Amino acid sequence: MQCAQIPNGLRIEFKPENQNTMRGFLLLCAIALAMPIKATAQTPQKKDTVVKSDSAAVADSIALVRQLEKELGAGSDTTNAAPATTPRVTGGYMNIGFVSLLDAGWSSAEDVAALQPGDHDPRVRGFTLPNTELTFDGAVDPYFKGFANIVYKIGPDGETGVELEEAYLLTSSLPYNLQLKAGQFVTEFGRQNPQHPHAWAFVDQPLILNRMFGPDGLRGQGLRLSWLFPTSFYTEAMLTVANSTGETMSSFRSEESSEIHGGRLDDRAVERFSDLMISPRLSTSFDLSATQTLLLGASAAFGPNNSGPSARTEIYGVDAYWKWKPAAAQVGFPFLSMQAEALTRRYEAAERVAVLSVDQVLPAENLRDWGSYAQLLWGIKPRIVAGLRGDWTRGNAGAFDSAIRQNRFRLSPNFSWYPTEFSKFRVQYNYDDRRGFDTAHSLWFQFEFLLGAHAAHKF
Amino acid sequence: MKNLRLHKFAAVTAIAFASTASIATAQIKVVATTPDLAAIAREIGGSKVAVTALAKPTEDPHFVDAKPSHIVTLNRADVLIDGGAELELGWLPPLLESSRNSKIGSGAAGRVVASTGIRMVDVPTSFDRSKGDIHSLGNPHFLADPINAKIVAKNIADHFSKVDSKNAAAYAANLARFNNSIDTNMVRWSRTLAPFKDAKVVTYHKDFVYFARRFGLNIIGELEPKPGIAPSPAHLASVIGAMKSQGGKVLLVQPYQNRRTAETVARQTGAKVLDMPQQPGARSGTTTYVGMIDNLVNTLAAGLR
Repeated sequence: MQCAQIPNGLRIEFKPENQNTMRGFLLLCAIALAMPIKATAQTPQKKDTVVKSDSAAVADSIALVRQLEKELGAGSDTTNAAPATTPRVTGGYMNIGFVSLLDAGWSSAEDVAALQPGDHDPRVRGFTLPNTELTFDGAVDPYFKGFANIVYKIGPDGETGVELEEAYLLTSSLPYNLQLKAGQFVTEFGRQNPQHPHAWAFVDQPLILNRMFGPDGLRGQGLRLSWLFPTSFYTEAMLTVANSTGETMSSFRSEESSEIHGGRLDDRAVERFSDLMISPRLSTSFDLSATQTLLLGASAAFGPNNSGPSARTEIYGVDAYWKWKPAAAQVGFPFLSMQAEALTRRYEAAERVAVLSVDQVLPAENLRDWGSYAQLLWGIKPRIVAGLRGDWTRGNAGAFDSAIRQNRFRLSPNFSWYPTEFSKFRVQYNYDDRRGFDTAHSLWFQFEFLLGAHAAHKF
Repeated sequence: MKNLRLHKFAAVTAIAFASTASIATAQIKVVATTPDLAAIAREIGGSKVAVTALAKPTEDPHFVDAKPSHIVTLNRADVLIDGGAELELGWLPPLLESSRNSKIGSGAAGRVVASTGIRMVDVPTSFDRSKGDIHSLGNPHFLADPINAKIVAKNIADHFSKVDSKNAAAYAANLARFNNSIDTNMVRWSRTLAPFKDAKVVTYHKDFVYFARRFGLNIIGELEPKPGIAPSPAHLASVIGAMKSQGGKVLLVQPYQNRRTAETVARQTGAKVLDMPQQPGARSGTTTYVGMIDNLVNTLAAGLR
């Protein structure tokens, strides 16, 4: 390793095992880097006369600009006016944004983390900081756009967790209406899975999405190819291929899959293409009238799971979104919208040794889960939204009594107030009915603020 | 018989396809973000272009839904005209990202940035959202000044000529005709509003700044305390006070602004609420840009009389 900044061809090599040499090296590097800065800082004092003649030149050029302005006659009054070419100070080559959510509230259930299994849900009685996002986006070059999303969150134990939620490239000029996404990204399965918590209409993740995709949703490293149909109405087909491992591949080869099937994990390397997670999606949309739009989608996800060497999982889902907004809406209000998703999963659990006891062998079986949620939003007047969501999940009984496969029902009315697009207050009541537990009542408040660039919302 | 029907059907379909195809090749497909830009594009393009506006005339151009049908419209576009001053920041970027159409990408011949060459006002010297929803490139409601429409028309004509060079002469002729019509009408508009020079007006949002500068109106306040911030009782009280002491007689509102708030203020001050939509088509008989300005000028003159 060499320090390129050191002048006069002076080179210092260091061996990692020698701490002192390394410190010396770093110090030299720092000095070498600081020197040019110091030098430039001194320049103005030494060259006073040059500065004076410079300022005269600047004055001349301002006079020239004034004269040109007069000749061109652009605008009679120049107070407060500037040409459109004023460079944009914010952003530069990249939009940077910061979103922070704070949840506060109380639940009649003591174990809030089990009641609210989502990673961006309120997790304790009291306060939770479930999602603070740093977002970056911009054009990479004429061919690609780049996006990144780094999430910080404070867990129930008070520890800060960091997640590289998304980092991907998106092509901007592929032929034949194609578009490729590559990197780490949320899988475009259904409607809510690809949305970030900031865009959610409720405090918590829908229960069926938690059951199918785990606390953090379905997301992974891979590629997504999309094709926009040449039809007169919107139709888009997508195909995602991603690694099937990691905690965001809950239904596939996640290290937490024992919570589903209760068996020891069958860890193995990727042997064939079908060991990857493959997710197709088809969506279409119609403007029912000038004020109503309908968006429909069907998605699936296929891949191996780790209950045995050849066990597989299949997930299917349908989603619908309808929105009405009058032609003369004020800051986008009033509006009425309805969103619903239904999912079903077949989880092939192979014959497996139980985690709880080495002597117990769980039989090969098909674990089936299904459920849905539906939510209605009414934008009553500018910046005030009332919402109602119903959650419902079911599954067949397996040899292992899984806590995350309980039958559940939840009803959540809520109210949101957006003082501007950059802040939000929300209050939500949850009525929870879980098999094997008392009904639970929870009241959650949510506060949000946003700094910097505000990524525009998709429909 | 059956065969004959089939042949007839095939022939009709073929003709139908051929005719749509010939229309498609003859006209360039132009998409404008807002109806005012679309209206100017129609003047410049004439029969050579087919123009679609994404925002509806009565819709708040700051808050348009990024509907999937807009993705399809943008995907097929040969030319996109956007304001260029971040008015569409909340909805155009995700549409463009999904449209995968390099013909209308940033810097392409098919991308017209309407604000190019326009002297923007209210350009912030610092970026601070405690001052409200301020656009970093300046106030985006520049098309309320007809002189700015001439600059926008030139930008559009330049790009039309680049994209469709064989019709460049037609675009140049249409531009000359549009400019001429603005110049002629400008004399009439100025004459209509001349008796009301320095008239004190109140607007809902900071969207009549360019119009007021052009026609010599004196805006004494906005109902919004800061751009994009909902009117508060305290602020309205101060506006009412200012209107009473300075003699503001009219309140200018657009279709997507809260008319009831304006009416409350009007009742307190004896002022009149005037419907002044800046988008052609928001009122019947105002489908063209000149028609829209006509309506603004006449409504205002009638209100101030």
